[in-house]
Amino acid sequence: MMWEAVFLSLQVSAVATIVALPLAIWVAHILARKVFRGHALLNGLVHLPLVLPPVVTGYLLLVVFGRSGVIGGLLFEWFGVTLAFRWTGAALAAGIMGFPLMVRAIRLGFEAVDAGLEDAARTLGASEARVFRTVTLPLIAPGVVAGAVLGFAKALGEFGATITFVAAIPGQTQTIPSAIYGLLQVPGQESAVVVLVVISVTLAMGALVASEWLARRMVAR
Amino acid sequence: MVGTPYGGAMISVRIKKAFADFTLDVAFDAPAGVIAVFGRSGSGKTTLINAIAGLTRPDEGRIVLDGRDLTGVPVHRRGLGYVFQDARLFPHMTVAQNLCYGGVHDRARLVEMLGLGGLLDRYPAALSGGEKSRVALGRALMSKPAMLLLDEPLAALDGLRKAEILPYLERLRDEVEVPMIYVTHDMSEVARLANTIVVLERGRVVQSGGVADVLSNPTSVALLGLRDAGAVLLATVVAHDVQDAVSVLEFEGGRIVLPGRIGRIGKNIRLRIPAQDVILARVAPVQISARNVLPVTVTALQIEEGAGVAVGLLAGETPLLARITMASLREMDLVVGAQIFAIIKATAVAPSDRD
Repeated sequence: MMWEAVFLSLQVSAVATIVALPLAIWVAHILARKVFRGHALLNGLVHLPLVLPPVVTGYLLLVVFGRSGVIGGLLFEWFGVTLAFRWTGAALAAGIMGFPLMVRAIRLGFEAVDAGLEDAARTLGASEARVFRTVTLPLIAPGVVAGAVLGFAKALGEFGATITFVAAIPGQTQTIPSAIYGLLQVPGQESAVVVLVVISVTLAMGALVASEWLARRMVAR
Repeated sequence: MVGTPYGGAMISVRIKKAFADFTLDVAFDAPAGVIAVFGRSGSGKTTLINAIAGLTRPDEGRIVLDGRDLTGVPVHRRGLGYVFQDARLFPHMTVAQNLCYGGVHDRARLVEMLGLGGLLDRYPAALSGGEKSRVALGRALMSKPAMLLLDEPLAALDGLRKAEILPYLERLRDEVEVPMIYVTHDMSEVARLANTIVVLERGRVVQSGGVADVLSNPTSVALLGLRDAGAVLLATVVAHDVQDAVSVLEFEGGRIVLPGRIGRIGKNIRLRIPAQDVILARVAPVQISARNVLPVTVTALQIEEGAGVAVGLLAGETPLLARITMASLREMDLVVGAQIFAIIKATAVAPSDRD
């Protein structure tokens, strides 16, 4: 049960991060570079999971993505996909909770890039797509890495929204935090709790060290 | 006009753009070659060049280059090279990668011409200001631009570095023959490089035309400022006097002797003669220290605000400009058509023109 939780956590966090990252880059780009009506609204919406009680986020996910929810109902009807009480739902919850952290870090990356360099690339004949791929993306890479690590760490530790949306079904939706919480409810499981705690700390530290190393490698030039 | 004439290529620019505190409203036509856009900071020079590049969208306007209408064409399809004041090299790419970003047109020659061979593997952070400028020039030219836009490319450099880059720009003008729009607030750069000048003031064109004509026009003194007004002429080095350490230059209106060894014999050199460095005399002076006395005809008298008078002169067919005081004007009793003598101090050449 212990190792199941660890692997599930890694799977949920990795999927959440990988799926959320491109979206976070896109939203960060809009927030950093575009001027439009509704800028503040979008910014608020992105940050909402950061300030809402996680249980509320989980409840809202249940309402929207539950099988009888607006989107959840359509997903089931059209594709036969269920998110609530599945590991995919856990990934959705983890991704949404980590999203604001990703956007914030990547947005800082965008704001640190001199838009003049992008103009220079355009005058050299580069299309918008090429400008982004060859100039913007390499220059915001440290921000993207930082965002990904923050998002991944947040996903690993997500508890409130996850347990509300997908409960803690061993082998299906029971991640490290909910496993620790479950074990603490039962007497005599302290040793298992300690192991999970050590694994948590190791994973978090590993992610930080890896991001630090990656970021340094990228700015070494 | 001074310098190499280009084919029939023309650029025609009409641009209007309103800002909170001023309106850019510019229209000019110019032959290809080097078009200097001259004006103080805040006169709208950069906005104008950005609108031509497509980086700024004008409220209304039309830009035609060599018969090709660029209005509304996206930046990356305009085919114009842009050299920014701050070079804007991509910090994550080597010099070689920067150079090739927009294409590899004429690579070997440009690398040689701009002296970039030893820099190719470096990153921009390891380059000096002058080296960055040269890489930026090469990068823009390797994209094979139909025209090169330069926004004060030397403004960020100190005097020595400027002197290092200017010869490269001259070579580009003479050998690559790419038309350029050169934004600057430095008259010595205009005099040295440009064929055509467009003078901007508060968003409007206050004067435009061939460099030799505009700079020697008496009405220009008020526009360009006392320090910057003065004729530009093209002279050929005809002799070096080793004993006296002087060079003799000849132009269509006479001979000019300059101290020091300037250019090679036969080389064409642009001389700039600031209006305030020209002294006028009714009779040919004798036994004076100045070496250059040219017979000239007065063509125009422009009384300025204050006590100054700008005097248009013709040495042969070449226009010159002098500035004297009202008192001198009265005393000398100058009128248009008078045959007089202009005394040009031999040091009156832009230092950047020395070889």
